[in-house]
Amino acid sequence: MDLIKPEIGLIVWQTVVFVILVFLLAKFAWRPILGLIKDRESSINEALDSAEKARLEMKNLQASNDKLLKKAREERDAMLKEAREIKGKMIAEASTEAEQKANKILMNAQEAIVAEKHSALAQIKAQVASLSIEIAEKVVKKELDNKEDQMKLVDSMLDDVKLN
Amino acid sequence: MRASNLFKNLVCLALTALLGGVASYASEKSLKEAEEDFNPTDMIMHHIGDAHGWHFFGENEDAVTLPLPVILYTDAGLVTFMSSEFHHDTSGHHVVEKNGERFVNFHEKIYQLNDDAHAVELDEENHPINASKPLDFSITKNVAAMFLTVIIMLVLFLNMSRKLKKTERAPKGVHNAMEALVLFVRDEIARPQIGEKKYMKFMPFLLTVFFFIWITNLLGLFPGAANVTGNISVTVSLGLVTLVLMLVNGNKDFWKHTLWMPGIPTFVKPILAVVELLGLFIKPIALMIRLFANITAGHIIILSLLGLIFILESAGVAGVSVPFALFISVLELLVAFLQAFIFTMLSALFIGMSVAEHEHH
Repeated sequence: MDLIKPEIGLIVWQTVVFVILVFLLAKFAWRPILGLIKDRESSINEALDSAEKARLEMKNLQASNDKLLKKAREERDAMLKEAREIKGKMIAEASTEAEQKANKILMNAQEAIVAEKHSALAQIKAQVASLSIEIAEKVVKKELDNKEDQMKLVDSMLDDVKLN
Repeated sequence: MRASNLFKNLVCLALTALLGGVASYASEKSLKEAEEDFNPTDMIMHHIGDAHGWHFFGENEDAVTLPLPVILYTDAGLVTFMSSEFHHDTSGHHVVEKNGERFVNFHEKIYQLNDDAHAVELDEENHPINASKPLDFSITKNVAAMFLTVIIMLVLFLNMSRKLKKTERAPKGVHNAMEALVLFVRDEIARPQIGEKKYMKFMPFLLTVFFFIWITNLLGLFPGAANVTGNISVTVSLGLVTLVLMLVNGNKDFWKHTLWMPGIPTFVKPILAVVELLGLFIKPIALMIRLFANITAGHIIILSLLGLIFILESAGVAGVSVPFALFISVLELLVAFLQAFIFTMLSALFIGMSVAEHEHH
């Protein structure tokens, strides 16, 4: 049975060649290859990690953008509201002022009317007085055509003065 | 005559195809007579055995053979000559004389004739009686085939490491395939069996042994190629390397568990030590027998199927045996990888046992 009888020559060749092969490949192939594979693996992992990080950052950025936008919108709304309020207030102020002014004008007008009325009344009174004096003069002139009557009136008037 | 033979062969081919390979030799010769013309055992043994020349085709003097150096260590020192000096003779008739010493090639074993002998004489069991075997360190067919594997591996992997160094991009083509296998050995074999801390130390051995066995197995499937991994000497050597790694890297825990197993009654300990010590050597022996037997068996099946054509002396048998041989060859492609994987896997497992840190109870 040559088949299962080991040959020393072949064993020696195989062992020597195999051990040399292991050392040669270990130094020049396996260690560099395994090292480079490991490097590449870690660089791939790093790249994936950083991509994930970038995605997250992007998401954060978007969220903050949305927030900013929302804030801006709120501010705009607030400003609009304020403007509307100011407008209302201004209109209200203007209308009250106008009313006051109108009232004042009215009052002045009334005062002027009252003054005019007084002066008119005074004039009328004066005229009435003068008229009545004229009338009275005429009446008196007619009544005191005789001397006796004139004396009687003077006497009564003097009596009145005495009384005073 | 020729036409009738061809007709007979065609009929046989049709029959075998129809009947699915029911014995179909239409030859008038009996099996025994046929065997005398063609000895399948010799043919198979010649194909799976080692040889001093690399024979491709042809018979005897017409054979086309790559001559290989014969290197012998005799009492007078090293003797070297080319195997072509035997002139394709393996029967021991052709005597090569060097430095006053005479050598014959008897069934691919080199014998040195005794001083007074000039031709080899055989006893009843066909063993030479007037010759001795010198130490034979020849570059035989297997050694040459092994060199071929070594050259392929060096070219392939040195190139691969150079390419990897040059660019950071993903590998392409054959290097990509090899890288996948390197990762397979690392992630499926070394890491789980040896452990995260220590696997890097054994990666060079595991990768080399894996690719050596795989590539050699594949090369062995070529017609006319050598049966290297199906040679017991080669597997003995590979098993020895694993054994040495197991013994050298065995830590204190490993030896304690082997020689004086803790946690069992004292009187059992010596018995278990014997068992464990035996197991220590049986492990690599199982490795080497598994590889040798699997690869040799595959070769024997293919050769037997093809040998059927010659045993039955009918080309028609080829209709059955060639597809069968093809099927087995394709199966061998799988076996080539599988055996490389199993050898590497079990080596890693055994080394892993040697370096494992046991938890102390």
